[in-house]
Amino acid sequence: MDFKLSEEQQMLQDTVARLVRGEYTFEKRLQFSATEAGFSEDFWKQLGELGLTAVPFAEELGGFGGTGVEVQAVMTELGRGLCLEPYLQSIILGGGLIEQAGNDQQKQQWLPGVASGELQVAVGLQEPQSYYDLNEVATRAEQTAAGYTLNGRKAVVIGGHNAGLLVVSARTSGDVRDTAGISLFAIDPNAEGVERRVYPTIDGAKGCDVILNNVTVPADALLGSEGQAGDIIEYQAGRAIAALCAEAVGVMETTTELTLDYLKTRKQFGVPIGRFQVLQHRMVDMMSELEQARSMAILAASVANQAQGDERRRTLAAAKNVIGRAGQFISENAIQSHGGIGMTWEYNFAHYAKRLITINHQLGDDDVHLERYAALMQAS
Amino acid sequence: MNINYTAEELAFRDEVRAFLDDKLPADIAEKVKGLRKLSKEDHQRWQKILSAQGWYATHWPAEHGGVEWSAVQKHIWDEESCRYGVPRTIPFGVNMVAPVIIKFGNEQQKQQYLPRILSGEDWWCQGYSEPGAGSDLASLKTRAVRDGDHYIVNGQKTWTTLGQHADMIFCLVRTNTEVKAQEGISFLLIDMNTPGITVRPIITLDGEHEVNEVFFEDVKVPLANLVGEEDKGWTYAKYLLTYERTGLAGIGLSKAALGHLKSLASRRLKHGRPLIEDTGFSQRIAQVEIDLMAAAISNLRIIASVEGGGVPGAESSMLKVRGTEIRQTINDLARRAIGPYAIPFIEEELALDFDGDYLSDEYAAPLSAHYFNNRKLSIFGGSNEIQKNIVSKMILGL
Repeated sequence: MDFKLSEEQQMLQDTVARLVRGEYTFEKRLQFSATEAGFSEDFWKQLGELGLTAVPFAEELGGFGGTGVEVQAVMTELGRGLCLEPYLQSIILGGGLIEQAGNDQQKQQWLPGVASGELQVAVGLQEPQSYYDLNEVATRAEQTAAGYTLNGRKAVVIGGHNAGLLVVSARTSGDVRDTAGISLFAIDPNAEGVERRVYPTIDGAKGCDVILNNVTVPADALLGSEGQAGDIIEYQAGRAIAALCAEAVGVMETTTELTLDYLKTRKQFGVPIGRFQVLQHRMVDMMSELEQARSMAILAASVANQAQGDERRRTLAAAKNVIGRAGQFISENAIQSHGGIGMTWEYNFAHYAKRLITINHQLGDDDVHLERYAALMQAS
Repeated sequence: MNINYTAEELAFRDEVRAFLDDKLPADIAEKVKGLRKLSKEDHQRWQKILSAQGWYATHWPAEHGGVEWSAVQKHIWDEESCRYGVPRTIPFGVNMVAPVIIKFGNEQQKQQYLPRILSGEDWWCQGYSEPGAGSDLASLKTRAVRDGDHYIVNGQKTWTTLGQHADMIFCLVRTNTEVKAQEGISFLLIDMNTPGITVRPIITLDGEHEVNEVFFEDVKVPLANLVGEEDKGWTYAKYLLTYERTGLAGIGLSKAALGHLKSLASRRLKHGRPLIEDTGFSQRIAQVEIDLMAAAISNLRIIASVEGGGVPGAESSMLKVRGTEIRQTINDLARRAIGPYAIPFIEEELALDFDGDYLSDEYAAPLSAHYFNNRKLSIFGGSNEIQKNIVSKMILGL
């Protein structure tokens, strides 16, 4: 039993940490957020140049063959810096879907670009009516002589506004909630019939709803086999959940550090407010939540790349549940501990709180994952 | 990063399992799993078996007869023994006073007391808390005054767990009233048969006699029974508390209790279906199982850091809070699971030798009492609020 990172893993984490510390000040983040991309294209480029965007990909595709633990190391540091870059969407989820579902030719076509950061992928798996159920796909892809015609709407596609490639799920057969009959398509965001309703997100990034109106794509836009994508989506969403857990831990670390610092410096009634027991105990409760979250992020990372099975499903559901609750607890109590200043836009802390709540809305909140876990729970 | 056991650790686990399969008396395991109280004889019988195996003193160095397990091995032992229904080791002798004697006692004390603890000849209890000294332990008032080659002890201790069985008590007493509270305390070993000692039961809210008050009236204690130096007892007391705190998170016990809860919820019905299939109830169980999973990993992280040369500090305080809350939640759900049958309180059904007709079920009888009994978890060993004070000071620097 050993919870320490290997030397290589530690080096990887230190590299990301240094980069984030150097480039990602809070003032710069506000500027990045306000650009059209909604993140720093320079910083993204640096991640690519240092090979960090290639971490999870297989070596023959230009990657490092990193597993959940390596991804955890990267994501935690991106979380600590509250980075806006589409690592989760493009590298973990988009790249992961193409790598698992795509045929050799498709992988060769797209993955080297994804791994180097040059091709940014956004992923549309949710729909306005689907809540967090990725099997609920009403978007339809009808086969035509030349390929497929897609109609439907994909909801809250983070990074979809400036991605070079969209990966979306669409139904090629079956009923709206069937696992079978879901297919994945790689589509050009600028193709005719693709409408994007772009918006900023509450945590400072950008996203869009993608409306597909008679979008015709060639046959080779279908990733892998027709109707077989349900399991692949579930698997890759699992990897993304583990990555989100790691990011959340990074965000929580900074949040608790800022809050602790505030308790030690803010004075009222002539003393630092950290002298008051009620605030001390609240801080301890926050740290305790962080410890539980850290434990579950480790566990999630350890199963992220394992073969699918109920053990993996349970672990990931448990992890996302713990992280969702811890995130909300820390977010709310950190705001409360800060008082009025915690409510302001110009103070960095509040943006961390917003990211934590947002993470709970990505790939299922704590209620959804509790329900999932309960359904898979062993009888004894 | 490898969160699994090594081959050696797995081999050790097999060895533990083989021993428990072979040597753990079925009647004792049944009582433990059925949440029944154990008699003194039950505890002693099991202790002899453990001692014969050389596995009784897990915190002692080998030269005194201890088994020098690693932190991971201790953890494996804890997990397996909870799973099997091994009686909890009464810690006062072997895990509390003995480490203090080993570290601070003189040669004569080591020779006199350690072998008798190991063999089970002496049953020890703890004389720390007083009516006016709970969380604020250093304010204790029991006085020891020198009189020739003796101390004369006067005062009262309370919450003395299983003191009714004890041959010996280790006590914190005040030997100096002129100095700061912490600096005038001494650590005394007192024979419970000394004239002037009276033990009175305290019946707890579940009707049990587990704790006692102990009164001292002009009790003569030989100076030779002083551990270490006079007025230095607070240092020894704190050293002992670090032993007390390890394992207070009770992860293994929670796992066993959760298993019990699930089997209970599989047998009770709601709307004609097993309760465990009820959406609301199954999600409550799922939530506590998830929280336990997180706490178990946190526990392993502390163990791994100790194994790697780290010192378990205030992290175990944080885990004590978390772990006891989890166990109390499990106890709460178990009580809820039996619905209206949580109401009857039939003490005969809880007796060791009850063989009558249970009103509901054998497993249902003790659940309410057990729930109330375990409200103690967040109070003893340093209340959860005190644990948070410790974390706040030691980790957060507040």
